[in-house]
Amino acid sequence: MDIQQHRIVITGVGLAAPNADNLTDFRKKLLAGTSEITEIDLRYFGKAPAGICSFPETKYRKKKENKRGTRAGCLGVYCANEALADGNLPIDHYSSSRIGVYVGLTEHGTVETENEVYNISQYDYNVDYWTHHHNPRTVLNNPAGEITMNLGITGPHYAIGAACAAGNASLIQGVQMLRLGEVDMALAGGISESTGSFGIFASFQAQGALGAAEDPRQACRPFDLSRNGIVVSEGACIYVLERLDNALARGAKIYAEIVGYAMNSDARDYVLPYDVRQAECIELALERAGLTPEDIDIINTHATGTKQGDIEECKAIRKIFANAPETYINNTKSIIGHAMGAAGVLELAGNLPAFEDNLVHPTINVKNLDPECSLNNMVIDRPVQLDSVQTILNNSFGMVGINSVVIVKKYQ
Amino acid sequence: MTRDEIKDLILEIIEDIDEDADFDALQADKPLRDQLDLDSMDFLDIVMELRKRHKLQIPEEDYPQLATLDSCVNYLEPLLTDA
Repeated sequence: MDIQQHRIVITGVGLAAPNADNLTDFRKKLLAGTSEITEIDLRYFGKAPAGICSFPETKYRKKKENKRGTRAGCLGVYCANEALADGNLPIDHYSSSRIGVYVGLTEHGTVETENEVYNISQYDYNVDYWTHHHNPRTVLNNPAGEITMNLGITGPHYAIGAACAAGNASLIQGVQMLRLGEVDMALAGGISESTGSFGIFASFQAQGALGAAEDPRQACRPFDLSRNGIVVSEGACIYVLERLDNALARGAKIYAEIVGYAMNSDARDYVLPYDVRQAECIELALERAGLTPEDIDIINTHATGTKQGDIEECKAIRKIFANAPETYINNTKSIIGHAMGAAGVLELAGNLPAFEDNLVHPTINVKNLDPECSLNNMVIDRPVQLDSVQTILNNSFGMVGINSVVIVKKYQ
Repeated sequence: MTRDEIKDLILEIIEDIDEDADFDALQADKPLRDQLDLDSMDFLDIVMELRKRHKLQIPEEDYPQLATLDSCVNYLEPLLTDA
């Protein structure tokens, strides 16, 4: 099949992370290794470390609309508007019917459903008290749809469910739809409101996979011998994606070109990751990008701080990058926790400024490196200054065996 | 409840839905939805709040009687006598 391979570029970034509500501050905090993971107290569950986003929630939407919609929608509307503002792109630059909104979600509706069950428990479980808002809040397209309603976008909007690979998967969807000519501009990214769900925390705990530490900022410890699990974070990141010719025509600032991607499936286990398929996914993304492992300057690892997950990813990286002495490796979750469906895109965003400052932000909380996680050029505690950063490879893997890799290149 | 108390109850519920709601120029005999930023889902919120606060089960065929502030008070007054 011969599809013209349009070059697709990132021209705007809007984000809400547990330590920042814009890319400039996010970058500063990542370079300084500043975690703002805090302790929350969840209904039924109790206390747990978590990443909570603080951002101006009514900057682009009335409080009434935030009450009507979902937390995910609120995060999405903020990030989509911020991405457009960052890209200096008025919403009417492209026809509203030629804009697509693709939002990656690990799950959606869990928070709303738990809240409603709790609500009717106050009324002896009489379903007459179940809210009429339940269905529009819990349909999977809700966060993407709230973005279209807010911005008057009449092109397609939908959610991509790919567990914690969903952010990357939506980015890939945006690239594909632009290449197919289905849309002229894409708002693509990921959103997570998972910190509102006691069930998500309880399930990780039941698996022995919920991170903990006396200081919540040290609870997420990928690659450290004492790591004990995931820190759940909320977060969101939406990118403006355009075809290169359109971006150049309007004089857009180009953050990066998406030059390679791949997704595949482990086809073997509900929760355990598998280095062999991860390695295949990385290889496929490199092949599509026309790059070799030695060409990659930074790998943003997926590692979440679970025993097995971190080891599997390190095995995959060790295999592919054994002869890549100039490739540097970091981990963003150690600073912001695991933003689930937003993780891939949020972590990529945090690395994008490396194309300008040539710095690799550090992994934190590695006091005793697990020998099974030891890799060349791991960036720990302090940023590393490189002569030049031209490429970033972003790993993002998820439950039920879903792997994704995105490679971006400095545009020049 | 008195008629004034019922009126305050309705306005309080609307304010809960939309804290920016402006009641200064509200005409009690004109439809609420024509004067305030309320849609059908907000209207169902009002019905739900009356159910939660006063255990009122308002049948769907009676919803039109809640169209204006005056009609709300007229409709609810006999139902909230003991409230």
